Amino acid sequence: MAKVTIDGIEIEVPEGTTILQAARLIGPEVAPPAMCYHSKLKTSGGYCRTCLVEVTKGSEKDPRPMPKLVPSCRTTIMDGMEVGNKSSAKVVEARKGVVEFLLLNHPLDCPICDQAGECHLQDLSYENGTAKTRTDFERRTFNKIDIGSKIQLHMTRCILCYRCVKVADQITDKRIHGVLNRGEASEISTYIENVVENDFSGNVIDVCPVGALTDKTFRFKSRVWFTKPMQAHRDCDKCTGKVNLWFKGEEVLRVTGRKDQWGEVEEFICNTCRFDKKKTSDWTVEKPAPINHHSVISANHYEVFVKPTEFKLNVVKPLSIEEKAN
Amino acid sequence: MGRKILLKHIDEPGIQGYDTYRRTGGYASVEKAVKTMTPEAIVEEVKKSGLRGRGGAGFPTGMKWSFLAKPEGVSRYLVCNADESEPGTFKDRYLMEKIPHLLIEGMITSSFALGAHTSYIYIRGEYFYIVNILEKAIEEAYANGWLGKNILGSGYDLDLYVHVGAGAYICGEETALLESLEGKRGNPRIKPPFPAIKGLWECPTVVNNVETIAAVVPIVNDGGDAYAAVGIGRSTGTKLISASGHINKPGVYEIEMGITVEDFIYSDEYCGGILNGKKLKAVVAGGSSVPILPADLILKTANGENRLMSYESLSDGGFATGTMLGSGGFIVMDETTSIVQNLHTFARFYHHESCGQCSPCREGTAWMEKILHKVLHGHGTLADVDLLWEIQSKIEGNTICPLGDAAAWPVASAIRHFRLEFEEYVKNPASIKEVKHYYNTQLV
Repeated sequence: MAKVTIDGIEIEVPEGTTILQAARLIGPEVAPPAMCYHSKLKTSGGYCRTCLVEVTKGSEKDPRPMPKLVPSCRTTIMDGMEVGNKSSAKVVEARKGVVEFLLLNHPLDCPICDQAGECHLQDLSYENGTAKTRTDFERRTFNKIDIGSKIQLHMTRCILCYRCVKVADQITDKRIHGVLNRGEASEISTYIENVVENDFSGNVIDVCPVGALTDKTFRFKSRVWFTKPMQAHRDCDKCTGKVNLWFKGEEVLRVTGRKDQWGEVEEFICNTCRFDKKKTSDWTVEKPAPINHHSVISANHYEVFVKPTEFKLNVVKPLSIEEKAN
Repeated sequence: MGRKILLKHIDEPGIQGYDTYRRTGGYASVEKAVKTMTPEAIVEEVKKSGLRGRGGAGFPTGMKWSFLAKPEGVSRYLVCNADESEPGTFKDRYLMEKIPHLLIEGMITSSFALGAHTSYIYIRGEYFYIVNILEKAIEEAYANGWLGKNILGSGYDLDLYVHVGAGAYICGEETALLESLEGKRGNPRIKPPFPAIKGLWECPTVVNNVETIAAVVPIVNDGGDAYAAVGIGRSTGTKLISASGHINKPGVYEIEMGITVEDFIYSDEYCGGILNGKKLKAVVAGGSSVPILPADLILKTANGENRLMSYESLSDGGFATGTMLGSGGFIVMDETTSIVQNLHTFARFYHHESCGQCSPCREGTAWMEKILHKVLHGHGTLADVDLLWEIQSKIEGNTICPLGDAAAWPVASAIRHFRLEFEEYVKNPASIKEVKHYYNTQLV
């Protein structure tokens, strides 16, 4: 076990934990935002630079601070490390810069984007960005392409987090989906608009933090905040069959994987569950799904339920009810 | 005449071929190494020599070698970084083209020191004609028993391959180079782990510049102390400088570390002064990535001492009044040069070469180029200059690999030292057409 202090809060975590994981154990108030890191995908993270933190003390043995800001999702903790996240002016400034870079070519078409309301980029920019843009250049655009009959790729909105590339790489076979070109011209694509035919290809939609990959069976059906997510399951021979159903009235508008507190998929689901089982009778409905604390849906009835974890409760101030509502 | 170590026999006719090279004492270091020395002893000599990485960062080579992990039963690799893509740098090309055997010899000796049995020379795609030269040299080395199985009866085996890149600047970054060598997209890896622990095919790997590996040859031949005796302070030995720009004698020069910059620019032995007797305006001392310095600061440091060609002296004063030796791409600009135009060219390069993995570099380099294009063509505002400064500060240090820094430093230094010129471009767009240039520093 190793002790690490993040924003003045001390926590003891196993060796090999990353700073981000340790911060998440303390709670959402301390956890740096992460756009490209996904706990279920190996080698994800390090690209978006939103989770940069300042290491003010390297470790007990070697107390020198790290010269540069480090990506918390890819930096493992050392015993005695001290990390500044929101308490570090350098980090706040750098994060503001990263948000600006991410929004530089983003179309900001939230009013017509299906992801609005559960978009990580929206949350990130509300919390860390500025209200004004400083660019007046034309934004980068791409044509929409269909990768398969059920998934649409709208590259214009993409922030190149590489999560879908990791999904294609790690949970689907015969990978034909990746990044073309380089630099600012990089685009996620399948080679020559090839169709991704795979039972698990639908998961690229769930891992996409923005509205770049969307479910064609759900597009423009409803704003997410008009739907009610319920946990449900079914017997599936390909996946665990544990999903969230998004109801509008009695109708199931879409099926997604269950996401944890950080908006990351808990278990990947197959395309049959996702695209073909859209009747309530296909499913055993369990209970209302817990919703990410960022989601606009949580403004109504749903609240985050955080399990007490093993960290030292005495050093973490429990949230009051007013704070939770915020 | 300054002392020459790497280019000692450069004027020998036929030095490109094996026979002449061998006659002038070539491959002696291999003989000495495998017959009389242990790998540890060679690493020790390199440490003693004080040799520092010649690719740009200037990290002590001996220390880098001693970091190499040596787990039991895992192969180790030596990779030579011949992906020389820094604008303004062409010393490795010269070395490989003129004395290919020096690199091959250095590779064999270094591989022996590191215990590598397979080594690679990763060369950029644009150097296709040098590939043939190297291939021929390797063939000759094999034919004469310097490569292959049981070298000189010592029981040491080594295979050496040349791998041709596709011509991407980013593949000069060591982890991107390894990715490319593995046949993947040349994207830098996130460090740690460093290549010395997990490099090529997850095995411990050392990546060294061409010139660094070539310098191992004289170090093994004459000993680390003899090499350390040349140069000044912690900048030991000689350095190849690629001189270009407005000078009378552009080319590759081997200099002893510690000669003055003034001497290098104006003496007949080296650059031979500014072209057409014009005045010196600015110098980029170590390849396009390092901060540009105005004439007065490149010749004298901020506290009035002579600026020397060495790692320490050039970086004296930090980035506020100093620069870096970098890869030794010495670009001289005379009074007619437009800094804004020059910066736009650099920014365009970095925009084109950014790999696109991490957001600050991908978006920032493109943004800076667009703003500079605007300023250059007379549509800029004063706010744009401030914005440029802001953008570079948000890129620097926040990216995965040093390309972000490399893109940010020239912008920062150009605005720091030549802000008036930017303001003039903004305030009097009409004057740009008259090719008038403005300075806020003294010409020399």
